[in-house]
Amino acid sequence: MTMPFGYASPEQQVRDRSEYARKGIARGRSVVVRSYADGILFVAENPSSTLHKISEIYDRVAFAAVGKYNEFENLRTAGVRMMDVRGYMYDRRDVTGRALANFYAQTLGTIFTDSIKPYEVEIVVSEVGEDAASDQIYRLTYDGSIADERGFVAIGGQSEQVNTSLKEHHADAQPLATALRVAANALRAGTPPGANGDRVLSSANLEVAMLDRTRNRRLFKRISGPQLDALLAETADTPG
Amino acid sequence: MTPGTSSFTEFLSTAAPELLPGARGSLPAAVTEVAHGTTIVAVTYPGGVIMTGDRRATMGNVIAQRDVEKVFHADEYSCVGYAGTAGIGADLVRLFQVELEHYEKIEGSTLSLHAKANRLSFMIKNNLGLALQGLAVIPLYAGYDLDAGRGRIFSYDITGSRAEEHGFQAIGSGSVFARGALKKKVRDDLTQDEAVRVGVEALYDAADDDSATGGPDLTRRIYPVVAAVTEDGFRRFTDDEVGAVVEAVVAGRLTNPGG
Repeated sequence: MTMPFGYASPEQQVRDRSEYARKGIARGRSVVVRSYADGILFVAENPSSTLHKISEIYDRVAFAAVGKYNEFENLRTAGVRMMDVRGYMYDRRDVTGRALANFYAQTLGTIFTDSIKPYEVEIVVSEVGEDAASDQIYRLTYDGSIADERGFVAIGGQSEQVNTSLKEHHADAQPLATALRVAANALRAGTPPGANGDRVLSSANLEVAMLDRTRNRRLFKRISGPQLDALLAETADTPG
Repeated sequence: MTPGTSSFTEFLSTAAPELLPGARGSLPAAVTEVAHGTTIVAVTYPGGVIMTGDRRATMGNVIAQRDVEKVFHADEYSCVGYAGTAGIGADLVRLFQVELEHYEKIEGSTLSLHAKANRLSFMIKNNLGLALQGLAVIPLYAGYDLDAGRGRIFSYDITGSRAEEHGFQAIGSGSVFARGALKKKVRDDLTQDEAVRVGVEALYDAADDDSATGGPDLTRRIYPVVAAVTEDGFRRFTDDEVGAVVEAVVAGRLTNPGG
């Protein structure tokens, strides 16, 4: 049997696309999403204070992403629209993180198989529950795979090293300052040696936000500037 | 999945137009037997603005509901109340709330107070057809302008024309009497507590002369909704706080019925 010139088997195509997406994602820095005493904490290494990697989607649902900005921004906007329509059509309580995660899984899966190039993104969708046991963290990859994570997850270029550090230092219900320190140290552990030396993580290069279940209605809150530096200073003497 | 508008209303008009408040189309004949909301009052003072509304909805000569709420949180720095057709008013407020929040989330920043007032104006315009058939609704919008550092009030007519009011404004069936009372009581140097007192007094006067406006219901403990917007954001007063003001107003009227 003769093969047409340029033929690639489906296995080969999937392999090529995966490799392409992984390479794109590996170039970016990581994001940590983890539980803490009052909810869920998001920490990203991000020198920009306006091009966010972490965003509010709905009352109890937030989003974190790594990879190509225009691609995950597209997904974020679509997510906000979908959830706002659902909340308007049904009720605010009926908007869930699971629905959003499913929507992203479908979308990413379709793009992975149908488009010329896959999205070079990795996403976390998280919903904070009434108590820690009902918190949800979903991790979505470029091909639409979805995983239900417990406690913590890291996505992005050096996610393996970051996850290793988190595994060692993460504990349930850590207070905010400790939780932030553990996440920031894990991000630093993920920095390739010699890349930027032993740089200090501060409000200038960290994007921090949380879903705080003690707040009312819209639970998403950013911490930045002096407030973030003060929080980091609380645990400054912790070795990491 | 295409980049597009930051406006929820605009998005809805292409994605799901049947969900918009004005989507009912025109009606075969004028309608009168639906619930109507009545009087809303807003007063500015140095440091912010308060809004208060009575709790009555009427349907012709019948009281349709005695504990309806017509003053709402619009976003962190503004509040909105409505008078007129209750069904459309409530829908409009809900859409307006989502509109502001949606913009905030998509853009990562908030609209200026004027822009918010304009969005509301646009929504009222879309209701003009129904308004002419008897289903009019008029909002009153008030907020704290972070750029100017003061409270501001905006009023509308059924065509969506927007006007900024200075000091105070009232809308709804009892508004004529409320405005008369406000004119005599509002000063430039009111404190927040005094502004609340003035607002509740004005509602009392509106209820005194307008049968569609509900007075304070002391037996059922149903009091006006009172909200304040300041530099620190929106705050709705608790029933106990409003109750204390209402009791003081009623006690004052026992000896001086004219206020």
